[in-house]
This record gives sequence, structure tokens and C-alpha cells, in this order.
Amino acid sequence: MAEDGTIYYTNGLPVPDTPAPGEEPEFWKETDVVGKRTPRVDAYERVSGTAVYPSDIKLPNMIYGAILRCPHAHAKVKKVDAGRAEKMPGVRALITGDSPEAGGLKWKYRGYSGPLFDAHCRFEGEVVAAVAADTPYQAWDAVHAIDVEYDVLPHVVDHNLALTGKAPEVHDQGNLAGTDEYERGDVAGGFAEADVVLEQNYETGCQLHTPMELHGCVADWEGDRLTIWESSQGVYAVQSVLSGILGMPLSKVRVIGHYMGGGFGSKLWPGKYTVLAALMAKQAARPVKMILTREETFLCVGNRPPNTMRLKAGVKKDGTLTAFDFECIGPSGAYPGGGTEIVDWLVRDLYQCDNVRCLSRDVYIHAGTARPFRAPGHPQGSWALEQMMDDLAEKIGMDPIELRLKNIPSISQGRGIPYTRTGLKDCIERGAERFGWKDAVKRAREQNRSGSHIKRGVGMGACLWIVGGGGPPSTVVIKLFRDGSVNLNMGASDIGTGTKTIMAMVAAEELGVKPDVIQIEHADTGTTQYATPSGGSKTVPTEAPTVRNAAIDVKRQIIQMAAEDLGAPAVDLDYEGSEIVSMKDKSKRIQVTDVSGLKKRGVVIGVGYRGPNPKNKSVNPFAAQFCELEVNTKTGEMKILRFLGAHDSGRVMNRLTYDNQVFGGIVMGIGFGMTEFRQLDANQTGKLCNRNWHDYKLPTALDVPVDMESLPIEIDDPEANNTGAKGLGEPVTIPTASAIANALYMATGIRFTKAPVHPMEMRRRLSAGKEG
Amino acid sequence: MRTIGAGAVSASLTGAAMVAESKPGPPEKILDATDTVKLKLNINGVNYAVLVEPRWTLLFVLREAIGLTGTKEGCGRGECGACTVLIDDIPRYACMTLAVEAEGRRITTIEGLMTGEELGPVQKAFLEEDAFQCGYCTPGQVMAVEGLLRKTPEPSMDEIRTGVSGNLCRCGAYHHIFRAARKAAIRKTR
Repeated sequence: MAEDGTIYYTNGLPVPDTPAPGEEPEFWKETDVVGKRTPRVDAYERVSGTAVYPSDIKLPNMIYGAILRCPHAHAKVKKVDAGRAEKMPGVRALITGDSPEAGGLKWKYRGYSGPLFDAHCRFEGEVVAAVAADTPYQAWDAVHAIDVEYDVLPHVVDHNLALTGKAPEVHDQGNLAGTDEYERGDVAGGFAEADVVLEQNYETGCQLHTPMELHGCVADWEGDRLTIWESSQGVYAVQSVLSGILGMPLSKVRVIGHYMGGGFGSKLWPGKYTVLAALMAKQAARPVKMILTREETFLCVGNRPPNTMRLKAGVKKDGTLTAFDFECIGPSGAYPGGGTEIVDWLVRDLYQCDNVRCLSRDVYIHAGTARPFRAPGHPQGSWALEQMMDDLAEKIGMDPIELRLKNIPSISQGRGIPYTRTGLKDCIERGAERFGWKDAVKRAREQNRSGSHIKRGVGMGACLWIVGGGGPPSTVVIKLFRDGSVNLNMGASDIGTGTKTIMAMVAAEELGVKPDVIQIEHADTGTTQYATPSGGSKTVPTEAPTVRNAAIDVKRQIIQMAAEDLGAPAVDLDYEGSEIVSMKDKSKRIQVTDVSGLKKRGVVIGVGYRGPNPKNKSVNPFAAQFCELEVNTKTGEMKILRFLGAHDSGRVMNRLTYDNQVFGGIVMGIGFGMTEFRQLDANQTGKLCNRNWHDYKLPTALDVPVDMESLPIEIDDPEANNTGAKGLGEPVTIPTASAIANALYMATGIRFTKAPVHPMEMRRRLSAGKEG
Repeated sequence: MRTIGAGAVSASLTGAAMVAESKPGPPEKILDATDTVKLKLNINGVNYAVLVEPRWTLLFVLREAIGLTGTKEGCGRGECGACTVLIDDIPRYACMTLAVEAEGRRITTIEGLMTGEELGPVQKAFLEEDAFQCGYCTPGQVMAVEGLLRKTPEPSMDEIRTGVSGNLCRCGAYHHIFRAARKAAIRKTR
């Protein structure tokens, strides 16, 4: 597994330290602004259409890029002839592996380094050439006019075949990308102690991120300075990668990403397209807009790898878990991408079990490289573990909720250190109560006995998320102006989770102002502070405490100034709303905007740094989700009737956006469990069969239940950080699919070990059941 | 409108708002792909004269020629609805509509729902109910709801869900979108 210091969202990036923050403020007991349902500070921009996303940028003299990609799963480029394309109308730049601009440039990702244009194409979608022209139509005309001779080679795209010895080798060193082994306790002894031992194979499909905004950027040179507007989760990551590849000083690469239309992990890193845009912009001496097509986003900007898993588990009659033995294989894709990364973490850490063994094998195949996808590994591991828990419960005649409650660990067993707080028990218990678990189970069983072809099931799944506590580095600057308005400056991206709004609320809470007087500058390497990419559900627990520290720095300075006005020592003064008041003599008070020091200087600048996380403790969010559904056993159609998400993510910072995250995670989990899978033509061409949203199904408004409930399990966690907030964006999608699978089992009596369970799969299994 | 894109038609099938009567258009003149034609488009009540290639979509012309970037591109092939605009009050996928086909029609984009700097009622409801996350599909969702309410002022929950079913939201903000649609309907009819 990835250690916290090298967790996936900063994998391969040099991450600087930030200075110590000084004395941490006291934990909030009560809050006036934080936690309330607050519409977003940038909602106006987003609903009016005035928000400028990278794909909306239009610069004077701008041209449009398009990329020619290898159409084969495995091939060698023998010859590229761009002679015809060069002469086509509107073409202003053209680059291939033979172009001098490309010479010697290396693409880097997760420890891999190879040529920007690699004549050995190891996946469908590898770049072969790129064109920029006056219009995208002309650019595509030219791309289609480039003649390429390929030597098509044998492929392997099924990860289960990669290590059989019969498959073609993706890299010279073979198809094994990495092995991860873990063991604690005495696994054989554990199984010997068990009253019941079960073993089951599980499979999950490959999920593709496909955020609504296409991957892409606009690149613009002014002399030797490069500016990039990138649809990105982390502008500093883009800056670091680009400056490395192009051999430029960091200061000359400015990356801006104010708005971005979703990423889910696929935009933690720039793409080759970003480099190509920069190179062609230089060649043409004109800004280049390079926005991928939807089809390209299915091929080459990441995926949640499919996983084949085996889980063996032992339990005593009283519900004590005695051993887990877990094995997993999954593909990185053509290059290192984390094919099995942290798939086993829930097995290691979620439930009390002394004897655990895990073996993960990450393999190369001839398909697009994986990228982190919202809670990497966890929904897959949950698919196996949570179904196994239900099976064990059934075998020993215990309610599945009881079995889980029986096995709440007191420490993080995977790390061997305590959690700061764990809300696992409360999530399960209070979630079940709110959901009406017992009644729902009864209702379902009654309906299923009635002989109706509409069967009903309820199911649940619990989880934690491996990280989610955030941490250094982070620096935030807050400026308080003489009229009481505020400017908040931070490097972090708001990827749609409401980061900016929460930061405005934190600053407002401390400074006694309304969130709407706070102007936020963010996600711009030219003007804002360093931040790691927004991933790992770390942005709020990283940035919010930093914002708080910055606000407190402002207050400290204002109080010093007010001491002169009030003729009282600064130690006696404190903030009350937007006033400075003497704690000794409440009649001594002054409005912040009346403080003469502030009036004179016009602005007070506070700087906040993110303090370290607690030593030898693990900060994690926890959750349990519950679902009720119906299955039409004649047609195989499934209808999710309702969902409840009970989440412990520490303090709820903004109830409105919090609920939205919970519902959104469940929707994505419904996709993972019921509708989404990448279909590669494994036997013949190795090509992707479903490369658009017609053939690859995302959940629509008709696939999600109207009845959805978010139940925050708010547990004070002052050790986590000075706000007590933990990550939310990833846990919300972890147990969804497993809850569905468990409900499907209750409805049909069939164990669906292969995700997704779409109506065809349901029909197939129902028919198979009848036959056998 | 005879040849308007298949995506718009498929939207007609899935969206409650859309029962487009197809009227026969004038006989068509065959042009070369690289020829340009002069076109008058009525967008948000304003007439624009633009020079376009016949293959240019309405989406491309809105965004890149005219600069109305509120309308987004998500797929370019009539699957996601990010580019939804109203054409004669009916929600249409602008990526599946050629600009030349939109001449003589009343085109409304997200910018057209504003009164000056003031948000329209559907936009306001989206803001209050947090009916989005990344916000990229939002202009299309808003236009789908606007189109729905113009045809069905008091929609049922099923009609709302069907009405936005041609608009994907990868962040999964559907639940809040339903709430915003209901709120906007109540406000508009009041």
C-alpha cells in the first residue's frame, strides 16, 4: 500500500514542507457560520454561465489542437507521413515523433519515463502526431490526412491472462508491474479456529472517470514564459510536470485552473496533450486550445482498473472474525498506474481480525493506463469484503448488522496505531435505526414470500477511507481590507466539492464577517500559494485549518492595533463578531473597521500554515450505507427505491454541499455496481468497444432513487485538526455497490460476485438459477 | 428543422418537454465543406450575422464564433446534454444541430435566462438548492428544466426526472436538481 507520505495524489511530485503554524487555536465549541446550509460562493458564476472553465478560454489569435492516436492495442509506428496534412487549409502547427521539437522529450508518470512520442504504442490511444489549425474542424481534417504505417502486434488486454506466460509481453521485463504482500497474525491458525470458513471469487468492472468537462488545456507563450489553463485538480502538479518535461524554471510556467468540470482523480496529473499544446503553441507562435474529444477520454486519461479478487474468511459462531486471506489481480494498463493499489485496505483495516494475509499483483496490459479514481481500490475491496460479511452472517445465523458491530476495531490494524476517532459503530447503528433496518428486512421477506415476481431486498455496507485527514503542506494568505472585506488566497482547486465556499465560511466564522464579502483567489501558480492536488478527500481537512490559522493571524494583528485605540493591553482583547472587545471591561469595544491602524494601512495580511497531523494516530472517515430495492424477476430490471448514507467525516462544514456529496457518491456507486464497465475486444482487436456515453452507461436521473437521505454522524475530532473536519468526497462512493449487491441477494437469493449487475446479467443469473 | 440532429430527436423522446412538431424546411442547397455561408441567428432576442462553414454546429458557433460560452460541450454527439439550448422553446442538443439549421429560429441559451445581471427563476433555484457540483453540466440542466417548465408548468416528480434524463451529471447532483426543478416550478406558477 502507499504510505501516507507517498499517497497516490502526490505520487511522483516533489512536495515541499510548510513552516510550523505556531500555536494551534482551540477547537470550536459552537459555530455561527460553519456547518450551516450555505449556497456556494461561486454559485452565481456556475448557474449563470459566466464561470470560465479552461475549455471556455478564448485568446486572441488562438488556434485549435487535435491529436492523432494509435488505433491499435499494440503496434509499432513504422512511418508517419504528414506531407498532405501540412498543406491543408488552416494548419498552423504539426508535430510528430520526427519533429525537432519532440526530440529528447520524456513523458513521466509514476516513476515511468519514456519518449513523448513512443513509436512502440502499447495501448489504443497512444499519441502519434498532433496538429493545430484555425478551427478544430480543420485540425481534424488534417489529422485524418496524416498517413501512418503501423506494424500491428499481438496484444493482451485481459488482466487475468497477463501472467499466464502465454500472453505477449507489454514490457521487456514482463507483465508483472508489481506485487504487494501483507501478513499479520497466524492465518492458518485463524482458519483452524473458525466455525465457518467461506471462500469466494469476486470481479469488478473497469470504471471510466469521464468527467463532464473534457480533459484539455489552453497553452500560451509570451516570450519564454508559458501560461496554461488546464482543467485540473491541481495546478501545482501541472506546473511541476510541465516544467520538468520542458526543462523550464517553475517561475516561467504559470498554470491556472479556476474552474474545472470534474476530475474524480483523472485530472490529478496533466496529459501528453498538455505538452503537445505547449509545443505547438511555440511552433505556431499562437495560443493553442487543446480539448480532447469525448472518445479520447475513454481511451487514455485513466480508469478504475478491473479487479479479480478471492477472499477466504473464517468466523466463529459468536461472530468473532478469525482470519482473512485476500488475493487480488488488476491491471495498471500499459504503464504503471496502480492496478491493485489499496484494493486490500478494507480487508486489512475495517473489521477486527487478528490474522490477515493479502497478496496483490498489478499487471501490464495493452490498454489505457489507470489513474486514481475516487477512493482508489476501495469500492472494489468493499465489493468482496461486504458481501463476504453478509455471507458469514447468514451462515452463523446472525444479522449482518450485528456481525459488523461485533467486529468494530479499536485501532487501525493496518497501521498498528489508534484512530483519532472512529465513527464506524455509530454510522452502522444510527444509520440502521434511521433507515428502519429491521422493519425493512421484515417487509422485504414478506413481499418475497408472497409469490410476486417483484422481489424486494435491503442491504448495507460499511467502510472507512485509507486517508482523508489531509495534512501539510498548505499555506493560505488572508487580506483584511479597511472596509472589512476580505481576500482569501489559496492554491487549492475547487473540483466541485465546494472547497471555496467552505474556506469562505471558515474565514467568516473567525473574522465575524459574512461569507459573501470574501473574495477568493485560488488555483493559480502565478498568484496563489502552493497546494497539493485536490484528491484523497484531503482538501477540506488540509485547507480549512490553514484558513483558520491565517484568519487568526489577521486577528492577532488587528487586536494589537486595537489595543492602542482602546488603551487596553492586547492580552485582554478578543474578537466578538466583527468587534474587538476588552474581556475585562466590555464597554471597551471597537468595530474592526474603526481600528485606526487598519484604516491607516488599508490592509492587514495574515498568513496561515497547516500544522502537522497527530503523531502515531490515524485520521479516517467512516461510513455505512443502506439501500432498498426491487427486482423484476421476469425482466431482470432493478429499481433502487431508496438509499441512506450515514457518514462520519468529522465536523460537517456546510450541510448543503455535504448532502450533495453524499448523494453524488451514491450515484457514482450505483454506476459502479449496476451500469458501468469498459468492454475491450479481448479476443480479436484489443480495442475498446464502448467509447462513448451511449454504449458506456452513466446513471441518469431515471436510474437514481428520489428517496435519498444523508445522515451526518458528527463526532468531535479535535485531534484531527483545528476544525475537526475529515474528508468526505471518497467514502461516499465506497460501500454503495456492495450495499446494492447485498440487497440483490436478499431479493433473489443469488450472490452477484461480478460487478456491474445490469439487467442482462440479472436475467442471465435468474435463468441459470432455474436451470441448475 | 427537418434535418435537425438525431440527438435532438432522441432528447425529444426522453424529455417530457419535447414534442417537437417537425415542419418541412426549404429545399436544401449542397455546399462544399469549406465554403462559408452568411447566416443570421436570433440568439436570446439579439440578431447575429455570422459567416459559418455549413458543417459547423450551433454549439461551435455559439461558443467559439460568438463567444457565448455558457453552453458547454460534453460529448459532441448528443449523449450528455451539456449543450442543451432552447430552440423555439424546445430543449435541443446544440452539438447535434448545425448552425445553418437554426436560422430563423428563436434560440435561447443560459445567458438568455438572465435579466441583466439577475438570475432567472430556474437559475435561482439551482443556486439555492445546490443543484450542481462542478457546474459543467449545469447550464444544460437549467435549460432542460426551463424547457420542461415552459411546456409543463406544474410537472410531477416523474416528469421532472424524465425532463432532465437527457442530461448527464457525472457528479451525481440529480437529487438536488430534482429539488431545484420543483422549487422553480412552484415559483414560476405562483
